[in-house]
Amino acid sequence: MILAKTGNEAIAYAMKQINPDVVAAYPITPSTEIVQIFSSYVADGEVDTEFVPVESEHSAMSACIAAAASGARAMTATSAQGLALMHEMLFIASGLRLPIVLCVVNRALSAPLNIHCDHTDSLASRDSGWIQIFCEDAQEAYDTTICAIKIAEKSFLPVMVTIDGFIISHCMQRIEVLSDEEVKSFIGEYKPNYNLLDVENPITLGPACLPDSFFEHKRAQAEGMNQALRYIEEVFKEYKERFNRELFILEEYHTKDAEVGILCMGSTSGTAKIAVDNLRGKGYQVGLFKLRVFRPIAVSYLQRSLKNLKILGILERMEGLSAFGGPLFNEVRSVLYDEPERPIIISYVYGLGGREITPEEIEEVFLELLSLKNKKRENIEKFRYINVR
Amino acid sequence: MSNTGNANEESKKECLIISWKDLTCGALVRDLKRIKENKTGTWRSLKPIWNKEKCVNCYRCWMFCPDGAVIIENDRVVGINYDYCKGCGICAKECPKKVQAIIMEREEK
Ligand code: SF4
Ligand code: SF4
Repeated sequence: MILAKTGNEAIAYAMKQINPDVVAAYPITPSTEIVQIFSSYVADGEVDTEFVPVESEHSAMSACIAAAASGARAMTATSAQGLALMHEMLFIASGLRLPIVLCVVNRALSAPLNIHCDHTDSLASRDSGWIQIFCEDAQEAYDTTICAIKIAEKSFLPVMVTIDGFIISHCMQRIEVLSDEEVKSFIGEYKPNYNLLDVENPITLGPACLPDSFFEHKRAQAEGMNQALRYIEEVFKEYKERFNRELFILEEYHTKDAEVGILCMGSTSGTAKIAVDNLRGKGYQVGLFKLRVFRPIAVSYLQRSLKNLKILGILERMEGLSAFGGPLFNEVRSVLYDEPERPIIISYVYGLGGREITPEEIEEVFLELLSLKNKKRENIEKFRYINVR
Repeated sequence: MSNTGNANEESKKECLIISWKDLTCGALVRDLKRIKENKTGTWRSLKPIWNKEKCVNCYRCWMFCPDGAVIIENDRVVGINYDYCKGCGICAKECPKKVQAIIMEREEK
């Protein structure tokens, strides 16, 4: 079926078809609509979900944790300060290995106050032990949300699915949806690892682990993330086989013969594809890498795809405030460190607080990279900005 | 990935964790006998003193104690299990004002 949906509507629709046992949420722009629309599905009896309107995002994640620990399929959505307020509980969800799915509508973090898109909120949660998958558009958001349930429940890791605030969350797009039965049969029954309410088999959950055992728990959790890419691959593969829709871990656009590349995440990849088309039309061999999975880091994919480039521009929608670039730049650069031949890598911070990015600006970046590709890497200024006054 | 192993095989009894590979997925303990061996009352700074003469067996202390440390035998409160009592004082607070069968004292160390 083909529908016209905004990114938020597409995610809410996927949630309706998933029909989770519990949704606990607190509203925040620009993610509010997801739970607002979902709550009307609850009110209209279209889902069986227990909807818990909590008093804060901290409580939203707490309620999801309690629900998931009691054997329920739990979901929520948030943005920016809401995700920041959840931060403490994010680590508890992942430490308890609870397969919660959280839809993040990317928005800048205050201060100064801003409600528009950048990736600071999601990227600031990168070390919380959650799988993170960035989506380009409403279609990808819909498909990824459904897959996220299965990835989470196979890996026993919580999953964040992100879309770009307003740019995707509030833009109407054409999406193809599956039938309710198809979604139901794809995600299957949730088989929890444990159930806190099972009085026949009592457990202690989240015990105190002092210096004699905490370390081992973290090592075991790390192994969960080490194995996670395998589950993402499995689920994406099955999704393609069943519904003929391909989801990528690292999508490549005109990269085969490219010496010059740009890597980015989220909605900007759509803009960058136009830039690539325009430059290809003029004979420039440039290509785009759209990174979808930021946690776990898709090491093998990045190494294989990027090592033969001469120069790579990393478009980062976050100012890392590290005096050495943001997390996307640093992690991709680190992944390539062991390659004997590796591209020059330049960080381009762009689009903070919803500052628009155009195909022309991305074309300029490509042209700049082309002009720098034969220069000595130590002579090149690595940290650049797009359209900052 | 379900359980990655089971730490409570007979051979591994002495040590709670041999390796991270033996841990159950998700920081939980299924073997509650092991939990009992872990005496959690050692870091108490206040100690509840229960007075048999005053107690009216209303069970409020038992209901509210977060550690199940109020001992009941034959339907009557008979004392406090100091192996697990953490000295939070909830029992003393919940014991009816008129009764005051539990008072908190400084723990002698
Ligand atoms: S002090 Fe606290 S832990 Fe100890 S018996 Fe009273 S309520 Fe229980
Ligand atoms: S609350 Fe006080 S009176 Fe009631 S059972 Fe406990 S000690 Fe006795």
